[in-house]
Amino acid sequence: MTVRVDPARFDPGAELNAFSGGVGNAGAVVSFTGVVRDVEGSLSAMEIEHYPGMTEKAIATIVDEARSRWSLADVLVIHRYGRLEAGEMIMMVATASRHRVDAFQAAEFLMDYLKSRAPFWKKELKRAGAEWVEARDEDEKALDRW
Amino acid sequence: MIEVLYFAWVRERIGIHRERIETGATTVAELVEELSGREDRYAAAFEDRRAPRVAIDQELTDFNASLKGAREVAFFPPMTGG
Repeated sequence: MTVRVDPARFDPGAELNAFSGGVGNAGAVVSFTGVVRDVEGSLSAMEIEHYPGMTEKAIATIVDEARSRWSLADVLVIHRYGRLEAGEMIMMVATASRHRVDAFQAAEFLMDYLKSRAPFWKKELKRAGAEWVEARDEDEKALDRW
Repeated sequence: MIEVLYFAWVRERIGIHRERIETGATTVAELVEELSGREDRYAAAFEDRRAPRVAIDQELTDFNASLKGAREVAFFPPMTGG
């Protein structure tokens, strides 16, 4: 398991290759990459704040939960913080398993939980001003299916 | 003494990132009441309709939680990671 909370840019292709190369006999690798959206051409950048210490613990707890529910050969979580421009990669999740169902479901589970249980807060820096992104009810409801 | 931390718009509302507080509060709710009574900026943050969440020693909990043994209490908006 690798968890990285880091302001630095990352190369999702290189990360995925390195991850896939290290999963041994696993037959399935699934990955998700989150990208800063340019909301209707009005977003100039995004600022992500987090809670150092709790962030790493919360992600480790989420990954442990995923590993207890599905048979996973390995898990990778990368999440950035600080200032990100539109089009930049925010975060990435990769899962490896013997069969694809575990890798797909675990990746979705990780995404749902990272969204509302890992202490990150996004602020959109638009031309008209800065605004904290509000959590959506759907994001909270998404946890119920697990 | 408890270390109290604020994040995102809660931090902006209150105007500081962290502070050490000497308090007799036994629960999070009591601490919130004490802070809100102290200055308007606290009341404004805690009364916000977007309702801050709380963590004690970096574990997510709720406002009824006991502060017994707590070293660090953090208030922040619902999380928006991913």
